[in-house]
Parts: sequence; C-alpha cells; structure tokens
Amino acid sequence: MVNPHTVMYEAELNRIQTSVSALVQAANAKCVFVVDKNGQFIASSGEVENMDATSLASLTAGNIAATGGMAKLLRENEFTTQFHEGKNAHIYIQLVGNRVILVVIFDAKSSLGLVRLRVRKTSDELVEIFEQMAKKSAEPGGGSAFAEITDEDIDNLFND
Amino acid sequence: MTFINLMAREINCKIVYYGPGLCGKTTNLQFIFDKTKPTSRGKMVSLATETDRTLFFDFLPLELGEIRGFKTRFHLYTVPGQVFYDASRKLILKGIDGAVFVADSQIARADANEESLDNLRVNLAEYGLSLDKIPYVIQYNKRDLPSVMSVEELRASLNPDGVPEFEAVASDGTGVFETLKAVARLVFLELKKSGA
Repeated sequence: MVNPHTVMYEAELNRIQTSVSALVQAANAKCVFVVDKNGQFIASSGEVENMDATSLASLTAGNIAATGGMAKLLRENEFTTQFHEGKNAHIYIQLVGNRVILVVIFDAKSSLGLVRLRVRKTSDELVEIFEQMAKKSAEPGGGSAFAEITDEDIDNLFND
Repeated sequence: MTFINLMAREINCKIVYYGPGLCGKTTNLQFIFDKTKPTSRGKMVSLATETDRTLFFDFLPLELGEIRGFKTRFHLYTVPGQVFYDASRKLILKGIDGAVFVADSQIARADANEESLDNLRVNLAEYGLSLDKIPYVIQYNKRDLPSVMSVEELRASLNPDGVPEFEAVASDGTGVFETLKAVARLVFLELKKSGA
C-alpha cells in the first residue's frame, strides 16, 4: 500500500487561509506560506504575486527534511525553528505539529521577535485545524471520485 | 502521498527518479522541462555542486491536464546518485507516490546499478514501503553507447519481477516521456484502487 492520501477540504482550507492572513497582519510580514512536509503548497497570504510558491514549497520541505536529518544525528527529535537573515528579506520557518511548515517572509518593517511571537499563536491554530483534517481524511470516501477513473481518462491525459 | 485539494480541485503526486551516479536522472528531467509548454510546467530547481552533480535534488513541477474535473500536478524529483549522499537520498523519498529507476546500460556500471537498486529498496523500507507495492517502472538509459549490456541481461539483474521497462537515450529524449507516462499511469491506477 502506498502512503495514505492527504485530502484538503474546503472548510479547513478556509480556516487555514484566515489564520495565515491574520498572521501577515499581526506580524507585519510580507507574506506567509503553509506547505506540507512533503513539499506540497497548501496556502499563502500577503505579497505573493512574484513568488514561485511551488519551488518555495519544495525547497522549504527539503530544508526541513535536511535539518530533521541533522537533528537525528544529534539524537534530537526535530529542530522546529529556522531563521535565515538576508540583506533585505528574512525568512522564518516553523515546523507545526510535525506535519506542516509555516514560512514567514518579512523585511525591516517587522522584527524577528515579533514574528516569533505571532507565529506561536498561528501554530497553535494550525495544529488544531490539521488534527481535525487528518481525522476527516481518515474517514472513508474522502475523495471517492477517483474510484471511477477509467483507462480512457488516463489515456486522455497524454493525448497532447 | 497523493495530495488532494478538494477546494482547488487538484491532485498532486510525487515521482522520484532514482539510480546510480551519472545514469541520467537529471537529463530525464531536463528533457521533460525543455519539451513541455511553459504553461504546463514550473521552474526546474537544481541543487547541484559546482561541477553540476546533483547535491540534494532536482525538482520539476508539471501539469498533465484534468482527470474527472481535477487538475493533475506531478512533482518530479531526482536524488543525488553518488553513493556517499545516501542521507540526502533517503530524505527525497518521503511522501513518494511513484518511482522510476534509471539504470545505466553500460557494462561497467552493472554493479553500480544493482547497488543503487538495493539502496532504493533499503531506503523505501525505512518509510514502510517496498518496490512491489508502489507504482514503479525501470528505464534502461544510454542505449546509444557502444559497450552496453543487452536488455535481457539488464532485465535479469534489475527487473526479475517484470515491471514496465523502457529503453532510453535521455540525452536525445528517446524513451523519456514513455517512462514518465508509464509511471503516471500506475500512480493513477493506484489512486483508483485505493478509492482515495
């Protein structure tokens, strides 16, 4: 059996969206991303128009995976927080509930202390939302539309 | 782990290209990148050394079209093939939906192929997965080179279970899309089977 699927539902996605939008405001951040540990983009808020969210998600997950590998070598469970300081932009990465990753990008209009403080509240909210979602995902019939996939559907994908 | 977004109506799947050093994993992705419409693919990210050897991974997001009203997105990853990057290689397998083993057909690389395939088995086992349970295809690459093993020889050493296999010359694209299509098909069949 392959890994179980992760199913994102509208209600929870809306809650996640509300939560990260609030974080952008509260932390005075440029933008905030939520990605899963396997590198899938989940949600974002703020000035995201010029950001390549897909690449950012994949690289963040790679980064967290590599840091997790280092933690294991030191017999630590995880390093849950990372901070990278640039000249103009800084990035704060927080592992949430060992399940998803919260990425906050900010500049001189905010500070590491403020971001760290606000991220804590958002993390708690996200933990609760993702726990609920995991329960929902485990219920049968999460996205049963795919049980109906035919060979023809698959062939059609490759026609062009 | 297929990632299904019911709100955006998207399915996201992760395919990992595995194989010994210099077998052509990055070349596969590069060819797919070059031949896919810009609207159907994202940027290719390569974390490589100064000498262009893969250090951590290459990543290429690809959109294949719609299935049952859902956009299908494939995230293609390669692993670093060199033996000593095993810790990094293992990390890339996290959340894998399908695997492509790229074998180097040259006689001199016979042992490297077998070693890498064993390594894939061991690393998958760490995630509780095995090659006979996940969507998996093999590509015999570099068929254009002079001193290569026959497909029968490669099959005997690398593919005793008879998973879908493809001859390829990734540098000119031969067999590249056939391999990708085959693994994508298996991923969808798995999705269907599990009634996700």
